[in-house]
Amino acid sequence: MTDLRPRTAERTGKNSDVTPPPRRRLGDFLGRMDAKWSPYLFVAPFFVIFGIFGLFPLGYTAWVSLHKWSMGGSGTFIGFENYVELFDDPDFWNATINTLGMLVLATVPQLLIALVLASLLNHGLRGLTILRVGVLLPIVTSVAAVGIVFSQIYARDVGMVNGMLGLIGVDAVDWRADKWSSWIAISTMVNWRWTGYNALIYLAAMQSIPRDLYEAATVDGASRIRQFWNITVPMIRPAIIFTVIMSTIAGMQLFTEPLIFGQGSYAISGGSLRQFQTLSMYMFEKAFRDFEYGYGSAVAWMIFVLIMLLALINFLIMRKGK
Amino acid sequence: MRRSPVLVYCTLIAAIAFSAFPLYWLFVVATRTNDVVGDWPPPLLPGDNLGDNIARLFAAEQANFLTGLINSSIASVVVTVSVVFFSSLAGFAFAKLKFRGRNALLVIILATMMIPVQMGIIPLYMIMVELGWQNELQAVIVPFLVSAFGVFLMRQYAERAVPDELLEAARVDGCNTFRIYWTVVLPALRPGAAVLGLFTFMATWNEFLWPLAVLEADNPTVQFSLRQLSTTYYTDYTLMFTGALVATLPLLLVFIMFGKQIVGGIMEGAVKA
Repeated sequence: MTDLRPRTAERTGKNSDVTPPPRRRLGDFLGRMDAKWSPYLFVAPFFVIFGIFGLFPLGYTAWVSLHKWSMGGSGTFIGFENYVELFDDPDFWNATINTLGMLVLATVPQLLIALVLASLLNHGLRGLTILRVGVLLPIVTSVAAVGIVFSQIYARDVGMVNGMLGLIGVDAVDWRADKWSSWIAISTMVNWRWTGYNALIYLAAMQSIPRDLYEAATVDGASRIRQFWNITVPMIRPAIIFTVIMSTIAGMQLFTEPLIFGQGSYAISGGSLRQFQTLSMYMFEKAFRDFEYGYGSAVAWMIFVLIMLLALINFLIMRKGK
Repeated sequence: MRRSPVLVYCTLIAAIAFSAFPLYWLFVVATRTNDVVGDWPPPLLPGDNLGDNIARLFAAEQANFLTGLINSSIASVVVTVSVVFFSSLAGFAFAKLKFRGRNALLVIILATMMIPVQMGIIPLYMIMVELGWQNELQAVIVPFLVSAFGVFLMRQYAERAVPDELLEAARVDGCNTFRIYWTVVLPALRPGAAVLGLFTFMATWNEFLWPLAVLEADNPTVQFSLRQLSTTYYTDYTLMFTGALVATLPLLLVFIMFGKQIVGGIMEGAVKA
């Protein structure tokens, strides 16, 4: 990266010595002002808008979480009481377990299948563009639409999944009724939507692995599966770390899929027994249905802390594996 | 590393069938009537009821689907244009201009990229109450006019795609910095900006949690309308599916037109981010 900015500004000044424009001094002055202030002007709109609507709310969430704060009035400062209450709140822990459970069910298969797909796509086959566009179709579908389609596919009486289970003699499952079944249904939506995207990221990384590594391994008699684990996977490590962290962040904020899956009046509580309520849904319920802003903000902070914790764990595991 | 190509193709085709099937099913149900949806075996070919279903969709009182479509179109277009403009402007400054505090400001952008939006949603709502923007369309537009991710992406792109010689030549010709941006930098950034634009459009169109918090059912975005359908008409599958189909169609069209660029964008940008 070269920074031409100040030097070129000088040069404009010198040029004006050769062919003096009218009002040379003013031109010089404007040129210098332009050089000095333009960069700030260019980044200012971002920082102003982002500061007001992005950064400020983030920090303010912490402040609100230390208050008893309901709609309308301003809050009463109560220190860490919201957090104390939160740690005693079975609904909060329930939502935490649901979120983590679905995070595992949605992330692990997604990334493993993506890895396999990518290694298959990495073969210099014909018609590759169509294949790549094909695996990407799901992320174009709006999340709410995904929720609607899969809710029907997993419906108790009219759903296709139960229809197929019926073929092999399994009784119809009420997918919404239990934790395990609703987690599976919701995770399917996430897996379906993101596998192709992750496969493309892996594919991009795989294409930059030097071919001769594989040739040498083949000469040494390493099997393809061994080559996959000993060459491909270590070489695309950065891509794997990236996708694990991104899926973790997204998984901790899971909201739309379970909400649409819920249908009807119990939607925001994730079923009548909160069997699939996620942390984001709990935050939403507290803040925008019960209007307990302080308590909702405390939940928001806990989501953030959990994300940081998981990122740290990811990081430690990845470093150890190295 | 040769495998049997037949096996590879079969697996890939299966994967694509799995990707495409729910979308196909979305279309099939949207063209059917409710009494056949639950049949076994399920109807696998489209019917002829799409027109009726669409009429019912726009007539469904609780959903305000037309308002939702218009609102989402306005919001997505405005946010996309704004994000592309401000991101390329700031990205250019970060990549090619020298100024005090540049690195510190860049670190702020990088650090905030990873922080989930949901974290700040309660104070954001309070700001909207202060401004009197509850249930107003600008509430789902203004907070999203800029994007940290966009600035970062455009900075990466500008570093590679804008040659320093070009900037210098323009400078010698007496262009001021904004003119350089407009006539030299922006055209060079076009492919990257297109990808950013597409992603921004999709993200805004699909935004769900925030509209649900700040808007009401009488002035929804299209995703909010879908949610209304799924709470009020949840036994009416053809109606819900028609809504989902209409809500997905604009994105599908965009994707079919620009699919190649999107794939390229993901493959180029993803890992480096």
